[in-house]
Amino acid sequence: MKAHLTRRYRFSASHRLHNAEMSDDENRATYGKCNNPYGHGHNYALEVTVSGAVDPATGMVCNLVDLDSCVETEVLSRYHLENLNTRQEFAVTIPTTENLCIQIFDILHRRFPHAHLERVRLEETMMNSFEYAGGQELIS
Amino acid sequence: MVYLTRKAEFAASHYYHNPDFSPEENQRLFGKCNNPNGHGHNYTLEVTVKGEVDPRSGFVVDLKQLKEVMHREVLDAMDHRFLNKEVPEFFNKIPTTENLAIAIWQRLELKLQKAKLHRVRVYETQDLFVDFYGEND
Repeated sequence: MKAHLTRRYRFSASHRLHNAEMSDDENRATYGKCNNPYGHGHNYALEVTVSGAVDPATGMVCNLVDLDSCVETEVLSRYHLENLNTRQEFAVTIPTTENLCIQIFDILHRRFPHAHLERVRLEETMMNSFEYAGGQELIS
Repeated sequence: MVYLTRKAEFAASHYYHNPDFSPEENQRLFGKCNNPNGHGHNYTLEVTVKGEVDPRSGFVVDLKQLKEVMHREVLDAMDHRFLNKEVPEFFNKIPTTENLAIAIWQRLELKLQKAKLHRVRVYETQDLFVDFYGEND
């Protein structure tokens, strides 16, 4: 019997949205306040959804301890209280929340072997959020 | 494919009444919601669009533009309004949350440029919401 499990995490980071290939005017027009050269920060909320058969012995899709430890090591310790622009993965790629969401999905997809990664959902503010399912359509 | 959801809040009043029904039938079907003086809700709207991330900007859609379209097409028309009397879609249609989600979808679908509308979710209260995925769902 397959079930989905979602766990929620929080981290805070700063970023600046700026494309070196655009002129200053185009950067300002595209990114507005987010182009401020000194950067700005968000309290991100991260939701990780995994799925799998419920193990009849444990009653679990996967052990939450394993999920927490993987997310802590691979995501939170990497990004919490960091400036995203200083990370190698955002040296060229702009650290929009779209790209951060894809990045986190790809990391967990590589690093979490205990269940199928369905979806990563990332809230940048209370009013907006982003979801990525490895390029698949979302199951509503 | 990345999905982006933007939230907005608005307050409006409405009542449920079908002129084809007798007063007793309206009362039976709609209960307290049939009060012709209306009653209000704080609605929460979530609009989800989908698309590929533009490699140049890193965006699926210009969030500012999405916010502007939501404000212009939905909030300006519906916030602090009596839906039955002030929003044309509901002059002849009952402003249930189902019909509200459909009307909002139709308003937004025509105005969104790059991104494709995926879902309109309308919360009437914290405990009740409606999702609409378009006519073809």
